[in-house]
Amino acid sequence: MKAPRNQGARAGQAEQVEQAARAEQAQRLPAAPAGGFRGRTLRTGGLSVRVDVRASAVVVLLLVAALAASVVLIGTGDFPIPAADVVRTLLGGGDAGQEFIVNELRLPRVLVGLLVGASLGLGGALFQAISRNPLGSPDVLGLGQGATAGALVVIVLFSGTARQVTAGALAGGLVTGLAIYRLAWKRGVHGYRLVLVGIGVSAIVTAVNGYLITKADLVDATRAVVWMTGSLNGRDWEQVWPLLVLCAVLVPLVLSHGRALRTLEMGDDVAYALGVRVERTRLVLMVAAVLLTAAATAAAGPVAFVALTAPQLARRLTRSPGPNLVPAMCMGAALLVVADLASQRAFGADQLPVGVLTGVVGGGYLLWLLVTERKAGRI
Amino acid sequence: MSLAVLVLVALASIAIGAKELSLEQVWHGLFKDSGSYGDVVVGERLSRTVLGLLVGAALGLAGAVLQALTRNPLADPGLLGINAGASAAVVTAITFFGVTSLNGYVWFAFAGAAAVGALVHFLGGSRGATPVRLALAGTAISAALYGYLQAVMIMDEAALGKMRFWTVGSLASATTSTVWQVLPFLVAGTVLALGLARPLNAMAMGDDTARALGAHLGRTRALSMAAATVLCGAATAACGPIVFVGLMVPHVVRSFTGPDLRWILPYATVLSPVLLLGADVVGRVVARPAELQVGIVTAVLGGPVFIFLVRRRRTAQL
Repeated sequence: MKAPRNQGARAGQAEQVEQAARAEQAQRLPAAPAGGFRGRTLRTGGLSVRVDVRASAVVVLLLVAALAASVVLIGTGDFPIPAADVVRTLLGGGDAGQEFIVNELRLPRVLVGLLVGASLGLGGALFQAISRNPLGSPDVLGLGQGATAGALVVIVLFSGTARQVTAGALAGGLVTGLAIYRLAWKRGVHGYRLVLVGIGVSAIVTAVNGYLITKADLVDATRAVVWMTGSLNGRDWEQVWPLLVLCAVLVPLVLSHGRALRTLEMGDDVAYALGVRVERTRLVLMVAAVLLTAAATAAAGPVAFVALTAPQLARRLTRSPGPNLVPAMCMGAALLVVADLASQRAFGADQLPVGVLTGVVGGGYLLWLLVTERKAGRI
Repeated sequence: MSLAVLVLVALASIAIGAKELSLEQVWHGLFKDSGSYGDVVVGERLSRTVLGLLVGAALGLAGAVLQALTRNPLADPGLLGINAGASAAVVTAITFFGVTSLNGYVWFAFAGAAAVGALVHFLGGSRGATPVRLALAGTAISAALYGYLQAVMIMDEAALGKMRFWTVGSLASATTSTVWQVLPFLVAGTVLALGLARPLNAMAMGDDTARALGAHLGRTRALSMAAATVLCGAATAACGPIVFVGLMVPHVVRSFTGPDLRWILPYATVLSPVLLLGADVVGRVVARPAELQVGIVTAVLGGPVFIFLVRRRRTAQL
């Protein structure tokens, strides 16, 4: 395999190390391009930016797909609305009835879907990059379970309001995440130890959730079970706002660390030598990823496996190594909305929660991933 | 010594429960059954205790055999997804084939356990399987099966009522007939597993040495897998998936017997029920007047042990 060409980059010592590591990574990736990277450099005066054309195209396509699916999803339900009317209503031109249905009932649900998918996709991409392992996703590590436990504590022990449940889920996710990090830390975090500790923690937390459900009285238990299925049914603006605010804060923060994360993927020692503050960067990104996952869980309940699959699919589409943060985010949003659309179309409105669909499909995907990973000799 | 502890725990399991009974009442119920309320309670608890003894022994033994077979300190029938396979098969049998008796679906449990066992073996790679690979394969399978279970339960409301008990392991529904139905399978599995101590010992030294010592590798592997499958399948059919019992006990036993399986296997058989019954008693006490399923208690106890094992140096060299 030829060494990747990085047009327009100055050939410094650091770049060479980076290229060597990327070349090594590209060799191990089944979907890596044969001829290096199709970067295109844009220059204006003293500034220059390298744009990965394929990745950008993928992002645009995914966004279009997500928006199209959203429009169809808004039009789907007991009272079908043609897509053209949906768009007109969203732009402020529909009649009163349509406006009520679209803006008050169905738009928040779709927005929650988009935001939850995006946060899960981004959180998953971060975790997979940090643990350097496609299986190191929040689903396997039990973060969703942790957030669930936090929410259950609020529902069962305090009968809290929706906002308190959100706070509880965030706290639960954060505590679980920190516990996993703390337990996995032993002279640096080893990727596989992180995953194994996560499996252990997730077993404990699942049991605690079971305990909380048995302890609850019937009303609370019903509420908890409905929440736990991971569904978008009946989400309104109350769920949209906290998630939107959190995304607005965390997404720029994460993206600004993208370069450091890319370096981190080459191994702690290389990253350290290249001037990345390894433990700090990792901690910041992990907290951000945990918060994203927990916020998504708080809004829609634990939706399984979007965090696992979205980054992997995005990576195969863009065919570029590295964390692929933005494509993963868009892929998560598109995946969740399409899954919701599919479950509504196939099983009727509000019959099958989207979390079940993503769980079954994602679980199968996970098995397939294990087989291919094994063939590639990576685990 | 271990047997004495086992007897004590078994007695505690009969004496302690959601309904408080005096020791005298317990004694009366055990030996002078006259059909009074207390006697009935004791009778119920007796069958529950016996089932706990059998299932505990089965899980511990299966865990010990799996750990020896895979040379993997993290192997556990629950963690490898074998119990989940059995329970998914049972749920399928109940929902789609209308099987209702334990005698009917125990075969489905075996099939599910065997299928997952084979799948884990295949996914993990039969040779040079690392602990991580096996644990991940098990987690993946459990996750996929869990999604399937959830879908079945949500699509079929009637099934939900019957099957809630399958998602968390519990001894609560034990009856005398349950005990008699699983007894032959468990006894057969136990005898088979105990008989494998010697060849498994040889295999612990590596495939080549084992072959040189005269062990039949393929036969031993197949028989070990069969023993583990029968034990896990029957245990799961009787009380649902219970995690971590098979993980913890062999490690505790190994710490005082050393690596010889001829000691580990019998000790695991005796001490695992101690853990399971102890967990069951704890579950009955902490959430009074309700009960905590034993699967939840073992997971809370076993999770930290698992993390400790992962963090420990020898295991951490993955």
